[in-house]
Amino acid sequence: MAERLLMKGNEAVAEAAILAGCIHFFGYPITPQTEVAAYMSKRLPKIEGGVYLQAESEIAAANMVLGASAAGVRAMTSSSSPGISLKTECISYMAGSDIPCLIVNVQRAGPGLGGIQPSQADYWQATRGLGHGGAHALVFAPSSIQEMVDMVFDGFELAEQYRIPAIILSDGLLGQMMEPVIFPERKPKYIDKPWALTGHGFKREHNIVNSLYLEASELEEKNNEREQRYNEIRRLHAVADSYLMEDASVAVVAYGAAARVSGAAIDVLREQGVKAGLIRPVTLWPFPTAAIESAAEQLEQILVVEMSHGQMVEDVRLAVNGKIPVHFYGRNGGILPTQQEIINQLLELTGGVK
Amino acid sequence: MEVVYKKPHALTDVQMHYCPGCTHGIIHRLVAETIDELDIEGRTVGVAPVGCAVFAYNYFNCDMIQAPHGRAPAVATGLKRARPDNIVFTYQGDGDLAAIGTAETIHAATRSENITVIFVNNAIYGMTGGQMAPTTIVDQVTQTTPYGRNPKLAGYPVAVSEMLSTLEGTTYAVRVAVNNPAGIIATKRAIKKAFTNQLEGKGFSIVEILFSCPTHWGMSPKEALDWIEQDIYPTFPLGVYKDRTEGPSHD
Repeated sequence: MAERLLMKGNEAVAEAAILAGCIHFFGYPITPQTEVAAYMSKRLPKIEGGVYLQAESEIAAANMVLGASAAGVRAMTSSSSPGISLKTECISYMAGSDIPCLIVNVQRAGPGLGGIQPSQADYWQATRGLGHGGAHALVFAPSSIQEMVDMVFDGFELAEQYRIPAIILSDGLLGQMMEPVIFPERKPKYIDKPWALTGHGFKREHNIVNSLYLEASELEEKNNEREQRYNEIRRLHAVADSYLMEDASVAVVAYGAAARVSGAAIDVLREQGVKAGLIRPVTLWPFPTAAIESAAEQLEQILVVEMSHGQMVEDVRLAVNGKIPVHFYGRNGGILPTQQEIINQLLELTGGVK
Repeated sequence: MEVVYKKPHALTDVQMHYCPGCTHGIIHRLVAETIDELDIEGRTVGVAPVGCAVFAYNYFNCDMIQAPHGRAPAVATGLKRARPDNIVFTYQGDGDLAAIGTAETIHAATRSENITVIFVNNAIYGMTGGQMAPTTIVDQVTQTTPYGRNPKLAGYPVAVSEMLSTLEGTTYAVRVAVNNPAGIIATKRAIKKAFTNQLEGKGFSIVEILFSCPTHWGMSPKEALDWIEQDIYPTFPLGVYKDRTEGPSHD
């Protein structure tokens, strides 16, 4: 049986990537993400063919990932919010060139240099704003270190299957805390990459990795083909977890660290007879719209809890489409909502009744 | 009939989009001849820039990638580190390499990435219609220096070969020009050396090539070639600025 280890989130996500077959890492220091790079710098030089490289900037690190991924290997970078902003230029190019990769964002509070405490204020960026041109990446939102580890495998495999970048949206809490973790005894699945720049060896036509299409009709066709892949992802890979939802009349919708606190608040309220449940989006793009839409049929109201001024709440409202009230509670600037704050919010909404 | 001169195999059979009198085509050919002569097309990957040479991915027969503006050396780093047996080159203009991509250039050199950089310098932004480049010479008139480049307002031209020669990691830095037959022969020799250095694992090589842009210089092709010698040479003297392959090795 696999060993149970006590590990920091940032180190666990790095080890998981290695186990998932990623031995090419390009990074740049930024708090609270740096342990990912530090772990890779220790491990990868000891692995045959392993590459750890500290780039001159987050921009360069992302472009090194573009190059390595285009060459057909599993490549990864990690950063925290201000660094992800710099990477978004390249993420747009990777999306436009249909290049898979894995990017970890250990979110800190913003805007600007902001602070180094945990935050969920990059939801819009991850789901809407990955550079120019209207592209998407798969966005996974772990709420435990174990889940983050499992998502690394899914992230690489789905990214390669659909040829799009994948993002693990961690935060300063998940990255810095320690938790028991069992690394899956899961063999990484690899697929052929006939598009990869391996050198043609005079066995095929030359491959071109490119995002430029000056002929508008050609670009539209290319974008439409990609949108079909996006639609298949939306149909097949939107995931939400639910907790105590069978008889719930009020639900919290929260992801990541905010979902951990919300779950604990719901346990307390259940003891007091309040029929509260939790819907936890596990993927943020694609957003689990259908799960929330159908839950709205049985619920009287929803409380969205985020570590921001409210970003995901917009997607929840779109899913609910006015059927029931959707309320919001959030803390920001690096502050986590407390269990008691969430209890108070729910008691106020439900009047303390069952 | 005996064939005495033909298109290199490493060039595709595609009509190039370059303007009449532009010397990009000559440089493309020299790179392709080198790839043929070293018999490396099957394992070469080229990185196209943003700028006039963006369509290089259509013109070279090896595998190609188009990089974000200025990031070609970082993309090349990823390609080379992932597959060290492949031969990786970038083909970049002055705006791409010496303005928006300065950091990527300097750090690829300082790491002595084992890649080959073909740096084509015509002192102007061509693709966008003739604006000031980092290598635009003092008093040169462009769309965005309509009264001539005034150093008090717009600074001085960036001397890339000189700058990179100061870095320990730079293996080979040379400035050549394709404005006459002797220059074309010298350019070919420099390109071949830069690729050979990579084959021998010697590290970062850059060939800076002065070439002409008659369209945006507002000259005939002939005048443009003459202008390189008269007006650009004084700012950008030709020569070998660094050659770590000669003399004692640092390895």
